[in-house]
Amino acid sequence: MTLSVDIHHLLGEFALEARFESAGRLTALFGPSGSGKSTLINLIAGLIRPDKGRISVDGRVLVDTAARIFVPMHKRRIGMVFQDARLFPHMSVAGNLRYGRWFTPASERYAKMDAVVDLLGIGHLLDRRPAKLSGGEKQRVAIGRALLASPKLLLMDEPLASLDEARKAEILPYIERLRDETKIPIVYVGHSVAEVARLASDVVVLSQGKVAASGATEAIMQRLDLLPAEERGEGGAVLDTKVLRHDEAFGMTVLASQAGEIRVPKLARAAGAPVRIRIRARDVMIAVERPAGLSALNILAGTIDSMKPGEGPEVEIGIDCHGAAVVARITEQSRQALGLKLGSQVFAVIKTVSFDRANTGAGLPAEADV
Amino acid sequence: MNWLLDLTPDEWNAVRLSIKVATVAMIASLPPGILLALLLARGRFWGKTLLNGLVHLPLILPPVVTGYLLLLTFGRRGPAGAFLAEHFGIVFSFRWTGAALACGVMGFPLMVRAIRLSIEAVDRRIEAAAGTLGANPLWVFATITLPLILPGLIAGAILSFAKAMGEFGATITFVSNIPNETQTLPSAIYTFTQVPGGDEGALRLTLISIAISMVALIASEVLARRVGRRMDIE
Repeated sequence: MTLSVDIHHLLGEFALEARFESAGRLTALFGPSGSGKSTLINLIAGLIRPDKGRISVDGRVLVDTAARIFVPMHKRRIGMVFQDARLFPHMSVAGNLRYGRWFTPASERYAKMDAVVDLLGIGHLLDRRPAKLSGGEKQRVAIGRALLASPKLLLMDEPLASLDEARKAEILPYIERLRDETKIPIVYVGHSVAEVARLASDVVVLSQGKVAASGATEAIMQRLDLLPAEERGEGGAVLDTKVLRHDEAFGMTVLASQAGEIRVPKLARAAGAPVRIRIRARDVMIAVERPAGLSALNILAGTIDSMKPGEGPEVEIGIDCHGAAVVARITEQSRQALGLKLGSQVFAVIKTVSFDRANTGAGLPAEADV
Repeated sequence: MNWLLDLTPDEWNAVRLSIKVATVAMIASLPPGILLALLLARGRFWGKTLLNGLVHLPLILPPVVTGYLLLLTFGRRGPAGAFLAEHFGIVFSFRWTGAALACGVMGFPLMVRAIRLSIEAVDRRIEAAAGTLGANPLWVFATITLPLILPGLIAGAILSFAKAMGEFGATITFVSNIPNETQTLPSAIYTFTQVPGGDEGALRLTLISIAISMVALIASEVLARRVGRRMDIE
């Protein structure tokens, strides 16, 4: 899938001028509120018409103001999951799920009711009315409803924003399954680093209506300068790892990554399962020789490949650990005291307890494992 | 109780005619009522205020004026009346159909108002969600908007029916007071009050009129509540 966007849209005083291409499994539109991400996703869905520009998916033009093309939303075959679920109150959950099927030509229906219901764990809700569902359940049904219209692209507009932390943790694994087990490309609007780093394969960073950067998640998450101020502390390296083994005695899981073994608090994942972890830059210490007599369990050897001044006294150090990029945020004073420069051989030190549910994939809830 | 139900054939005819006229007026008003309510709730066009005023006119004008205007327009020699009689064979003047037209027109503002309010209360974002699932605007209206405004539709229909049951001024002006043809309940009651010894008949028909109105009102309450519970809107 290739999503190609080049639009210019005025909303009162606010100008959205976005131009990017993405071919990711899950592309995140990321930025602070008011940066234009929701407007952008509404433009892709066809809920609003751009003043000027062109949007195409896999070469199929959805809108092109120059050529006077505007495909109405009901003909786009683009699924949308809204922040506020928007289930039909006068239909049961099953009725909601079946709604899109009516309008999908039989030859293009690839989504199967049973499979989607299983994937989202909503089998026990089918006879209920939307008003009787919890926030997390509503959102799962909304995802199922969009999937069952067999869309060519799935848009998710901050589907977790209206949920509390516990509900978010309930939904996230389902979105991961969606990304890993179905073939539908996803465009996901988010404003939290934790969500985006965990879900996205590609990130488009929006700032004040403009694309500030776009690229692979691993690369973008290290650019701490791109992150919204209040989320900057959440930025850092994103590593794709696999579960190597569980250390039952100490309640830990050992992950295998390019950078070496990483110990994190125990995860509910089987050995061999992929786990994406985020190492916050502020959680990483740097040592110039392999430290001894230190409580931290994760010590990764690497070479400094970038140094950027950060906010105030800070400096951001990029470390290449056998091909895996790790970022550390330390003070300029420490950098000078250690004599760090490009090419220095160093050790990145990360405490196991700095990993929590937000930056390691928490396992699926028990009901979905069945 | 016996004297109440012991109606003369003419009285029975007035009751039957009233129910027929009110039912036809209500059903015939529904499609244009929904259309106008949609237009007024959602349309953005020049002259919307004027249209809104026109729709509400029968509510403000004396019924006699409305009846007279109907006579001028839909009478045998009126422009619309002559056209309809010639091309479709529909005649309004001095027929029960004319009574239905007068009642429909008088109840129209009430119906449009009730439906318009319920359309304005519909969450358009839910309609947009249906659009992203592949439903074109017509399907969205049929499967989302219409079910969601059902309580308002019922309320509007009942208001129109009740207004038609009680309509007197416009009807008598437009189609007169002909027994078995245009003599509805209010006209029949009026006739009784104009003749000596008609008190008993007037009272009988009055009680029947009250009973029909109450039944209609209660039925609409029950219906609306059942629809509301089925939807369970948060």
